[in-house]
Amino acid sequence: MFNFSLKQLSDLLAAKKISSAEVTREFLGRINRLNPLYNAFITVNEEASLQQALVADTKIAQGLAQPLTGIPVAHKDIFCAKGWRTTCGSKILSNFIAPYDAHVVERFKERGMVILGKTNMDEFAMGSSSETSYYGPVKNPWDVRAVPGGSSGGSAAAVAARMAPAAIGTDTGGSIRQPAALCGISGIKPTYGVVSRYGMIAFASSLDQGGPMARSAEDLALVLNVMAGFDARDSTSLDRPPEDYTRDLTKTLAGLKIGLPREYFAEGLSDDVAQAVEAAVGQYRKLGASTVEISLPNTKLSIPVYYVLAPAEASSNLSRYDGVRYGYRAPQYNDLLDMYRKTRAQGFGAEVKRRILIGTYVLSHGYYDAYYLKAQKLRRLIAQDFAEAFKKCDVIMGPTSPTAAFNIGEKSGDPVQMYLSDIYTIAVNLAGLPGMSIPCGFSHKKLPVGLHIIGNYFSEARMLNIAHQYQLATDWHKRMPEGI
Amino acid sequence: MSLSLDDVKRIAYLARIAIDDVEAAAVLKQLSGIFALIEQMQAVDTTGIEPMSHAQNVVLRLRDDAVTQPDQHELFQSIAPQVEAGLYLVPKVIE
Repeated sequence: MFNFSLKQLSDLLAAKKISSAEVTREFLGRINRLNPLYNAFITVNEEASLQQALVADTKIAQGLAQPLTGIPVAHKDIFCAKGWRTTCGSKILSNFIAPYDAHVVERFKERGMVILGKTNMDEFAMGSSSETSYYGPVKNPWDVRAVPGGSSGGSAAAVAARMAPAAIGTDTGGSIRQPAALCGISGIKPTYGVVSRYGMIAFASSLDQGGPMARSAEDLALVLNVMAGFDARDSTSLDRPPEDYTRDLTKTLAGLKIGLPREYFAEGLSDDVAQAVEAAVGQYRKLGASTVEISLPNTKLSIPVYYVLAPAEASSNLSRYDGVRYGYRAPQYNDLLDMYRKTRAQGFGAEVKRRILIGTYVLSHGYYDAYYLKAQKLRRLIAQDFAEAFKKCDVIMGPTSPTAAFNIGEKSGDPVQMYLSDIYTIAVNLAGLPGMSIPCGFSHKKLPVGLHIIGNYFSEARMLNIAHQYQLATDWHKRMPEGI
Repeated sequence: MSLSLDDVKRIAYLARIAIDDVEAAAVLKQLSGIFALIEQMQAVDTTGIEPMSHAQNVVLRLRDDAVTQPDQHELFQSIAPQVEAGLYLVPKVIE
């Protein structure tokens, strides 16, 4: 059962051949057995999950089943879920029981889906390896010495090890796509504004987007159908007619024009990753697509631009963690100022503190123009690069990550080394475009390699079609780590 | 631009994060590395370019000035470190 697709599980549930309680128990059992190896989950609450399964089974019995009713999904611990501890991977929220549901969580509840547990992540989503979590690093199910990627590493590991049939994550600079790539699963970050950020703990508000992580493009489409849609409580949520993201899955790829940016196949790219991606492009040619070389000249700039904008927004968003209304408060302090300073010094990890300091600096008097404003202008140039490129092609492809999974501890010594590994994914968030990663092969060390697919605004259905057709012709997405 | 220890302490104060001299020195080193990365931005001329904060041309939505949410302050305050009579308790501030 743990390898059934979401469609298979959903159909069996609707036909009452299995119950949500059975499916949920199956996955809870796997989590029990496997989570000690991978540390993918921070919180599991079997009673609460089974309660939700009961509600789902009642709905189904009443003939009210819809797609995915009764399906359990793992939630990155960044989505507030009422009554559930929601930590964001941090000590400062280690005792935070969310008093409300995120919009996305509400949508899942309405659909009768089950929360399987809250997954581990880089603290406040700041990281590319899931090593900065207060709750310990997540291990890659393909090799426990390696990172699963980040910041949605727990969600990626949960799906890869079949501890969950699907998961949700967030992506600010690549945090859905890169862990998907490093763990051999599929993940999509929608166009900015498609998924509501209400209740999704904020890191960088102009970049954050929630999205699904699963074993196939078809599964992603089914989950995105539940997640996407307008929410008045998110001021950046886009009011557009609802879409069925599965509608184009079976379309042919004949005539598809794939753009290959020369900057994505230059120095820094590992040769085994390049090989796997080139083979994938070859497969796309067999499916009827043609390729064209394009240029995204400001690609390299996307890293400094991101590491100005994201920390700036984070410094503002994380100023709410002051020990006053919720979360950790320092046990000893002399006065109010001391309480703030100690609470935050004790409650935040090193990477989070670094980013808050960078952000505070670039927004401070005398530096705002040279740094924050400058970065916003470069952001426009980066977005313009994509607009130009999409005149010459329908979709852009390349590697998701310059290497396969690196080892735990390998890059955590120098923050800049870690930042450089985001080179392909970051510009997509800056431009607000949709981006996906799907498995396309393995590295020399037999670790997964991801193919990065970038579409124009609101082209998710087409991107999912492009991924699905590839997954019909190949089986990389069906491979599983050993011993799970 | 290069950062000094005083800069680090000043920013930490603005960010309300306590930092001692030992930590400040370590942080200074790491931040200097990150700022060297950020300096790459200065190489590109951006005269005449409009800053971009959002991909779509959207305008902030306004809504009617009417009550739409129920009063849940008891629920929301049930998770506070220190609460009394609907007020959050913090150390006294004397100017």
